[in-house]
Amino acid sequence: MSTATAPPPAPPDRTASASKEEQPYVELGKKRHTGAKLAGIGIFWLVMWLVFHNQMTRALGLQDTTPFHEWLNGIRDWVQLHGPDNWFFGGVLGFIGDFFNAVFEFLQKLVSIPAFPRPVPEIGWLGVVALATWVGWAVAGLRSTILVVVTMLLFGVFGLWQDSIDLLLVTIIAVVFCFVVGLPTGILMARSRATSAVVTPVLDIMQTMPPFAYLAPVALGFGIGPTTAIVLTCIYALPPMIRITEHGIRGVPDTTIEAARSLGLTRGQMLRQVQLPMARRTIVVGINQSMMAALSMATIAALVNGPGLGKDVNAALQIQNIGAASVAGILIVLTAIMLDRTTTAASERSESMGRSGVASVSGPGVMLAGVVLERLPRWATEEAGKGVRQPRLTSAGRWLVRGLWLIPTLVLVYFSRQQLILAQFPTRDDWPFLKYIDGKTVTKLVNDFSNWFIDKVDTFTLALKNDLTNWLINPLQNLLAESPWWTMALVLLAFAYVLGGWRPVVTTLVCEAIIFGTGLWNDTMITLTMTIFATVLVMLTAVVLGVAMGRNRRADTAIRPILDAFQTIPPFVYLIPALALFGASRFTAIIAAVAYAVPIATKLVADGIRGVSPTTVEAARANGSTKWQMITKVQLPMSRNALVLATNQGLLYVLSMVVIGGLVGGGSLGYIVVSGFSQDQLFGKGLAAGIAITALGVMLDRIARYAAERYGR
Amino acid sequence: MARGTSRLQLACVAVAVALGLTACGSGGIKDNPSGASGGKDCGDLRIAVNPWTGYVSNAHVIGYVAKTKLGCNVTYPDVKEEVGWAGMASGSIDTIVENWGHPDLVKKYIDEQKSVEDAGPTGGKGIIGWYVPPWMAEKYPDITDWKSLNKYASLFKTSESGDKGQLLDGDPSYVTNDEALVKNLKLNYKVVVGGSEASLIQSFKSAEKNKTPLLAYFYEPQWFFSEMKLVHVNLPKYTDGCDADPAKVNCDYPEYNLNKLIAKKFADSGSPAVDLIKKFSWTNDDQNIVSTYIAKDGMSPDDAAKKWVDANPDKVKAWLG
Repeated sequence: MSTATAPPPAPPDRTASASKEEQPYVELGKKRHTGAKLAGIGIFWLVMWLVFHNQMTRALGLQDTTPFHEWLNGIRDWVQLHGPDNWFFGGVLGFIGDFFNAVFEFLQKLVSIPAFPRPVPEIGWLGVVALATWVGWAVAGLRSTILVVVTMLLFGVFGLWQDSIDLLLVTIIAVVFCFVVGLPTGILMARSRATSAVVTPVLDIMQTMPPFAYLAPVALGFGIGPTTAIVLTCIYALPPMIRITEHGIRGVPDTTIEAARSLGLTRGQMLRQVQLPMARRTIVVGINQSMMAALSMATIAALVNGPGLGKDVNAALQIQNIGAASVAGILIVLTAIMLDRTTTAASERSESMGRSGVASVSGPGVMLAGVVLERLPRWATEEAGKGVRQPRLTSAGRWLVRGLWLIPTLVLVYFSRQQLILAQFPTRDDWPFLKYIDGKTVTKLVNDFSNWFIDKVDTFTLALKNDLTNWLINPLQNLLAESPWWTMALVLLAFAYVLGGWRPVVTTLVCEAIIFGTGLWNDTMITLTMTIFATVLVMLTAVVLGVAMGRNRRADTAIRPILDAFQTIPPFVYLIPALALFGASRFTAIIAAVAYAVPIATKLVADGIRGVSPTTVEAARANGSTKWQMITKVQLPMSRNALVLATNQGLLYVLSMVVIGGLVGGGSLGYIVVSGFSQDQLFGKGLAAGIAITALGVMLDRIARYAAERYGR
Repeated sequence: MARGTSRLQLACVAVAVALGLTACGSGGIKDNPSGASGGKDCGDLRIAVNPWTGYVSNAHVIGYVAKTKLGCNVTYPDVKEEVGWAGMASGSIDTIVENWGHPDLVKKYIDEQKSVEDAGPTGGKGIIGWYVPPWMAEKYPDITDWKSLNKYASLFKTSESGDKGQLLDGDPSYVTNDEALVKNLKLNYKVVVGGSEASLIQSFKSAEKNKTPLLAYFYEPQWFFSEMKLVHVNLPKYTDGCDADPAKVNCDYPEYNLNKLIAKKFADSGSPAVDLIKKFSWTNDDQNIVSTYIAKDGMSPDDAAKKWVDANPDKVKAWLG
């Protein structure tokens, strides 16, 4: 973990005074005269702004393009015209496209769409729920199983069975593909530093490039259909899989490797018998993160006809139906929670299995074990450790138990193939009690509530938006966007040098050159303004919530589920309420970004606060610290690492929302990316804006990282 | 303990069996007779669905008729216009059923590549322009003339437009001349981009409710007009060729004769749906009825299409004749 200062280009004094809390990193800077240097840069900047105000800003009109943009358009036109006959576009990509489309359609007919000539899928809803329940129980235990059953029943109750299952299918296919590609890549990277050095920047780009920017190019290559959705999802979901695998394999202790080597293991044996088993739990975490990333692409993939719940969210957005968007959004959140908890439980179980060779069969497994153990043959049981009366199951025995449970599951699958009501999820016409809880009811509830709420507070929130924009955002934006481009370039370089030394200066210079080359300098500066402002808001919120959560278990229990929900709910769901409360403006874009970034930052701060050693806290308390002193003088300074990491992650999450911000009045790069996706002649400009966002992200991330190293301890 | 659980296990199986048995009453699953009603061989029909509700109405009414009368297997890929055109060229989409001009795409795909064909007008008229909420037109009757826009510029000031009036642009799907118009008509306004149709509609809703001023780019036909009668601001009249040079535009947007497009490959396939698409024609009002069913009454697009088709058998018959 690393440590850094405030979000790089923000004048630190502003951060400190705004937060009204003594931030440790501001104090630290003094030793290196960082404050004085930053002030010097600030004065230079102000003078240049006054002299050259509004000159050489490189502003570009909405519909204007540069030769670079036209060149990108030219490439697109060539691919469109010659693609089908080209060996790569028509041949390789075409083959991949056909393959995934076929796999997807096969699975769809099995569980989600009518399999001709049947009017329903091969396996009906009851069968699918039964199978999922069995899988959940077999890999993850009772708690996860209950979650699986409830979530999957809600798919049907809310009337979105087919789209929910389609989303699961896309996610599963994408994650399986990520696993097949990511595992070997991760292993290769863990073994060879050179590979790692080559692949890491590619992963960085995959994670920072806004998906909107490559939406049109991917659709161009793979056509319109499930494959495009799967490929889009993979681009975003692969990096966590690879990174976490690499981390897991690297994390196997050297002593273990040495010991194994002294036994004469070959490289292959080492991998299969030592490294992979020991990294198993981390790899499952990789699968988990990959799944979460995959789900977050649901609404975006739906823009190019990707199957799943994203379609419902987008359709509801079109007709301004907050309730309908929420219903689909809730199901996406529940799907995420279901997959998250199930894979986490599976990883915990696989860890305990790796250690003792015997799993702790939980819940119904334990109960069932009681029933069958006495009747099992010898090979299935073994004597458990001391103090445990009941004999435990061996691995084979466990599978026998699981196999027994498969019988009722298959019975249900059989019924679901025979009976219409078990094949097609019943509606309120079939089962009248559903009218109290089904999708229509929930939609109406949410709509009524949001209308009432918006009506009560919108004059207040609009005034708040005006004040904050006029007094904070506009002045900051004027300073950044109305300075000549070379002034800004120098200022950013100077910030990079003062905060992080020479190494980030090189990255900054390269990124600046790229941004300049995209022809979107001015728009990038406006985006930067919003990013800085949003990150400051994120950190203020994260510190307040994180301290509360870190100090108080009950606050944690209350707040954490809300954070989880905001992390997984598609931002499209809350765009309409945000627009109603704050109007189409940059501030709304900032609010959307803050809503998305606060959860991760808050969780990191809370972990940091909780990580402060209890003896230190006890000692401070014995010295008579007040609660306020405890927080500001002990707990926050001691969790500096976590604060810095939270800032870094918050910043990246904010940047990933730039494009969504473009949909609600954020303008600048986000809007350009969206218009590039919508207008034929702006394709190149949109792609260029995507590149600019990526460059901006890499630049800010590197400055923050090196600054973190420098001011680390 | 052991005994209790074995009972539980039995109970589970019993419930499962019972569920299966009770379900028997509701009848088993019978295979569909091959093809649907029509009897003709129609095959697949893939109608692109562009992201606005008026379009959804066109697509689902055509789709509903194709499915029930011609027995086509209809699917509705959700794509933006540009992607839809590209899809027709590459063969993954058969038709676009409401096209707004797009001279650049017409040139590229119809004139040069010849991969797309014009399938005639939808009968709808597309109007693009600047609109104000109803309360403003009532309070400031002369605001519908562009010449008085400068007089009211200060009303339209927002946090986004600085000391100028705000002209809110919305859906990035459309080519707008608004920046050039503001400049060439010497208006003291700044174009602010809302970024989506949703942001435009929500802005009009808030403006009407709170009686705040708003001037924004909008378009008809649009279901939202059935909820709020926005008032069109008249710019200098459109004359042929006045928008030839995008930088020098100083006139209103032309009225669009909305049309349908059909992929060349599909047109040559001999599917009966080709005729249906070519003959399909209705009015803005027809479309608004279906759109209102969808957007305001919360009906599914298919149900809305069925309701309209059932109520208008004559119009439908003309498309099939």
